[in-house]
Amino acid sequence: MTRARKPKLAVWKFASCDGCQLSLLDCEDELLAIAGEVEIANFLEASRAVVKGPYDLSLVEGSITTPHDAKRIQQVRRASKTLVTIGACATAGGIQALRNFKDVQEFVSVVYAQPKYIDSLAKSTPIADHVFVDFELRGCPISKQQLLEVLSAFLYGRKPNTPASSVCLECKRRGTTCVMVAQGTACLGPVTQAGCGALCPAYNRGCYGCFGPMETPNTVSLAAWWQTELDASDLDLLRALRTFNAYAGPFRKESEAHDRKQ
Amino acid sequence: MPVQLLDWEALEEFFTALKRRGFTLIGPQLQDGAIVYDQLEKPEDLPLGWQDVQDKGSYRLHQRDDEAAFGYVVGPHSWKRFLHPPSLRLWRAKRSESGFDLQEEALKDPKYAFIGVRACELSAIEIQNKVFLGGSYTDPHYRARRQGAFIVAVNCTQAGGNCFCASMGTGPKVETGFDLALTEVLAPSRHYFTVEVGSEQGAELLKEIPHQEASQQEIATAQQLVATAAGQMGRELDNSGLKEILYASYDHPRWDEIAERCLSCGNCTMVCPTCFCTTVEDVTDLSGQEAERLRHWDSCFSIDFSYIHGGSVRASGKARYRQWLTHKLASWIDQFGSSGCVGCGRCITWCPVGIDITAEATAIRNSQAVTGVKTKGTRHVQADH
Ligand code: SF4
Ligand code: SF4
Ligand code: SF4
Ligand code: SF4
Repeated sequence: MTRARKPKLAVWKFASCDGCQLSLLDCEDELLAIAGEVEIANFLEASRAVVKGPYDLSLVEGSITTPHDAKRIQQVRRASKTLVTIGACATAGGIQALRNFKDVQEFVSVVYAQPKYIDSLAKSTPIADHVFVDFELRGCPISKQQLLEVLSAFLYGRKPNTPASSVCLECKRRGTTCVMVAQGTACLGPVTQAGCGALCPAYNRGCYGCFGPMETPNTVSLAAWWQTELDASDLDLLRALRTFNAYAGPFRKESEAHDRKQ
Repeated sequence: MPVQLLDWEALEEFFTALKRRGFTLIGPQLQDGAIVYDQLEKPEDLPLGWQDVQDKGSYRLHQRDDEAAFGYVVGPHSWKRFLHPPSLRLWRAKRSESGFDLQEEALKDPKYAFIGVRACELSAIEIQNKVFLGGSYTDPHYRARRQGAFIVAVNCTQAGGNCFCASMGTGPKVETGFDLALTEVLAPSRHYFTVEVGSEQGAELLKEIPHQEASQQEIATAQQLVATAAGQMGRELDNSGLKEILYASYDHPRWDEIAERCLSCGNCTMVCPTCFCTTVEDVTDLSGQEAERLRHWDSCFSIDFSYIHGGSVRASGKARYRQWLTHKLASWIDQFGSSGCVGCGRCITWCPVGIDITAEATAIRNSQAVTGVKTKGTRHVQADH
């Protein structure tokens, strides 16, 4: 399609492991097509060249964990027409949000020789807690296919196809035999949002919930089933729910219920 | 045509004859701890000596003490995967000078031979025939796949823990809709099948393989086995007046109670051999030169399913489960002239939290007059109404 000018794309990193940005670099076959349609204006993982804003589309990876980043995200928002957060860190606070359940100052005093140089916020929070986010793309890491889908949708002004229904729907479409029913393996698929194509059950593992809570997650019922039928303890549940999306509302509340009980 | 007899040893030739006619064989086999339907090459690929033990939310394989090839009931897959595939491209469009050119997806006739179709599954195919081929809007993809298929049915000689086809009048004996129907018999010194011929095509094929007419005694033995299965149903469902009862139970407190357990995960609809709903997805490529429309199995348990301008019609879990059960057991009758349930038990087995359609329908029947059934005081993660 011919456009007056290519939209400017920027990729920003906050507290994260870079895995989601790498999903973009991982789009080997499609990378040229992307470069053909957008001007990659800021993507330090790929190139040190930085084009000044404003940007038409900003992809934001990572969570907010320091006062400095809390300010920086405001600047990014001001410089971006559309802001899309990518990955569990940006959409839910990430694995680093595990500290939200404890006292971070205590960690700092134990871990660092000079705690006074550490300027960290008490909680690791998702980008949407700080600025308006146009679209959230889930996953730890995000799925390459879904990222391409979001980019194409952005380019042609349509809604991306990223259903918020359960991983189970993808699992069944794929023809995978349910690991929970057939093997008694604990699986978070029924309360987790689709997007990965039900990867883990296809490799004989229960879902770890890396795409975060689905649209209507009934964690209470699933947890009760794990406890009565799969002999899961409160600690098992706590651990299963406190991973990449530990701080996402429904997972957090459920894990807190089991934290109190154990 | 009188009932025929086929020895286990002739099964190989039977498969070869089907392949010679260009059929791709699809049948039961062991995969990842379950008996699933996939491409089949030889009789040894069948789940010889295996049996499934099913309960609410549970499925396990057990070794039998014989070498039965069809000694299981039904697994997580159904023939719906092949007749009404989980994902299908409907068309592609390419940008052109004047607009865009549309290219419809070519109809595929994969020429499937389905090996081991159970009575409940034949009824489910019959129901999907009505859904996809009856009325003014038909599905050409389903038609092409269905018309070309060769159906080798198998009578159940053992029922499963979640089976209730006897209640639904759909089994365990196959009645119509097959090319050939087998009943497996494991006599002390002989492994054979009695064969009923259901079509011209079936009769023609049988001619190509060694077989003989079955004796009265062989027929009686086979019939006895099927009769035993009829008495082994793990579940039952009383259908008398059920439609009226469900129509009168819109506000029954049981729906709230089920909603506390139901995950809205949609597994029940995915495994149900009669559920037919799909959604379409339009995607464009990065260059904006090409677009395509894809069709996927969808579920009435997803929020988007009933999304119309302004929101979702069935926003609560309660409304979604009520829709599913009431459609299956009541409104389906008004819509398509039969129940939408064939009693295969899949939704009970593959529900991750073991919700049992027969138990829920019975609970509503038994307590219809009683109002204000107490629901358990469990915590709610979110108010879901
Ligand atoms: S394996 Fe997990 S994701 Fe797949 S159907 Fe079972 S519960 Fe759902
Ligand atoms: S199955 Fe679950 S844990 Fe595995 S990739 Fe998908 S969302 Fe992540
Ligand atoms: S509703 Fe359940 S038992 Fe009935 S046909 Fe569907 S999956 Fe089988
Ligand atoms: S009834 Fe069971 S399988 Fe169906 S949506 Fe509810 S929890 Fe999932």
